[in-house]
Amino acid sequence: MASYGTSDFKKGLKVLLDNEPYLIVDLDFMKPGKGQAVYRIKVKNLISGRVLDKSYRSGDSIEGADIEEKTMQFLYKDATHYHFMDGESFEQIELTSEQVGDAAKWLVDEMMCDVVMWNGSPITCEPPNHVDLEVTYTEPGAKGNSTGNVQKPATVSTDAELMVPTFINQGDTVRIDTRTGEYVERVSKG
Amino acid sequence: MPGAPKIAMLRKRAEMLARARQFFAARDVLEVDTPLLGKGLVVESHIDPIPCQVTIDGGAEQRHLLTSPEGPMKRLLAAGSGPIYQFAHAFRDGEVGKRHAIEFTMLEWYRPDFDHHALMAEVEALVHGLLPRVATQSFARRTYRQVFLDSVGIDPFATSLRELRATCERLEVPIPPGFDDGSIDDALDLLLVAHIEPTLGQGRPLFVHDYPASQAALAQIHEDQNGNHVAQRFELYINGVELANGYHELADPLEQRQRFDQANRDREARNRAPLPIDEPLIEALGTGFPPCAGVALGFDRVVMLATNSDNITDVR
Repeated sequence: MASYGTSDFKKGLKVLLDNEPYLIVDLDFMKPGKGQAVYRIKVKNLISGRVLDKSYRSGDSIEGADIEEKTMQFLYKDATHYHFMDGESFEQIELTSEQVGDAAKWLVDEMMCDVVMWNGSPITCEPPNHVDLEVTYTEPGAKGNSTGNVQKPATVSTDAELMVPTFINQGDTVRIDTRTGEYVERVSKG
Repeated sequence: MPGAPKIAMLRKRAEMLARARQFFAARDVLEVDTPLLGKGLVVESHIDPIPCQVTIDGGAEQRHLLTSPEGPMKRLLAAGSGPIYQFAHAFRDGEVGKRHAIEFTMLEWYRPDFDHHALMAEVEALVHGLLPRVATQSFARRTYRQVFLDSVGIDPFATSLRELRATCERLEVPIPPGFDDGSIDDALDLLLVAHIEPTLGQGRPLFVHDYPASQAALAQIHEDQNGNHVAQRFELYINGVELANGYHELADPLEQRQRFDQANRDREARNRAPLPIDEPLIEALGTGFPPCAGVALGFDRVVMLATNSDNITDVR
């Protein structure tokens, strides 16, 4: 695997630290006028999700992590695992709920997801940036309250909860940004 | 609409440029405009110029985009220019961050017969005029040693890598690989940028002065009252931002050459290419260079503070 020097550091780079795969999520270049530059990075462990703070100096390098993302279809969840299938090879893989993590909130059967493979083995999955889900429960909105930023809680078909505008009714389908867990727009009325 | 804030920023920047020019005109400091492209350089361990090839009389020649206008300006001083200033674009390869850009604007000036303390007073007057809402109090002055003693309890003139490592660990400053094989200055730099700098000049602007002799760059070295060899060099900090670096200028051509050679040896030890020395600068130091102090102010950063911007790309 390639090795990356400090000048190659950027957000999104996947690197190997202490034999575990990490994603660079933040990067800061610091330098005293006449002194040595320090590259401070925040890295997220792709397995545990834990975030670490690291620093490097010019000339240092980090080994890249062999990370590949495969688009796979979510098939179903059983008592212990989430099952996915590669649409081209029909190869099936499984992830534990710990590996799926927060993505579980947005998974519905047949949804296409990016499964993250490290050295050829699945370690986690990323749902699409936007998912459309049906609202299964929300209180009716008060009349005359349909403008402005007033929001109310709602539950969607995956049992995830989020805040939606007051004009949303039970049975409506809403678009959600999975990166923030926030409501984007109403897709159709129930 | 997205264009409007940018135009407002450009107007603010233009107004600040004009105010700085008035400041120098009123003090009879001459504006100059020296070449950005040079053959030789002011060699520094941690600053990289941008190499480029030019064609002269049909032949290829190596030049560099200069990391500061220091060499050409010092030649003017030696030629009898008297006090001079310039707004110069400077180039530093690899320096990209919120407060760093590979090409940036430097306001650099030189004052014959000033020492670094007299120049600090002038920097204060200028910056106070440019940032009336930010720099509301008189500027404080503290030595580099005092700053380290107060902020992290370390005497930078009597410390060890072991003490510096323990201090980084205590303050949760992540330790880079190779820390234990690095120099004391490398470790002091790490503590400075990662922990101390953000606290400097908060509320009241701060001049840090009397740097360790090993960080003298182009400043004169003297012995202080504690018997430490200190460089007559200063830096200005406002709200945790390093704004300026100044020297009571070294005027000894032999020592200057030794420092450039030393910087090149240090570069080689760090796997950085050695750089050609600015020979006309060395020559100028030996022929008519006046005793003087000089300073470079990061003009983009001053505009950042004036416009409350947090990224240098927002102010140009």
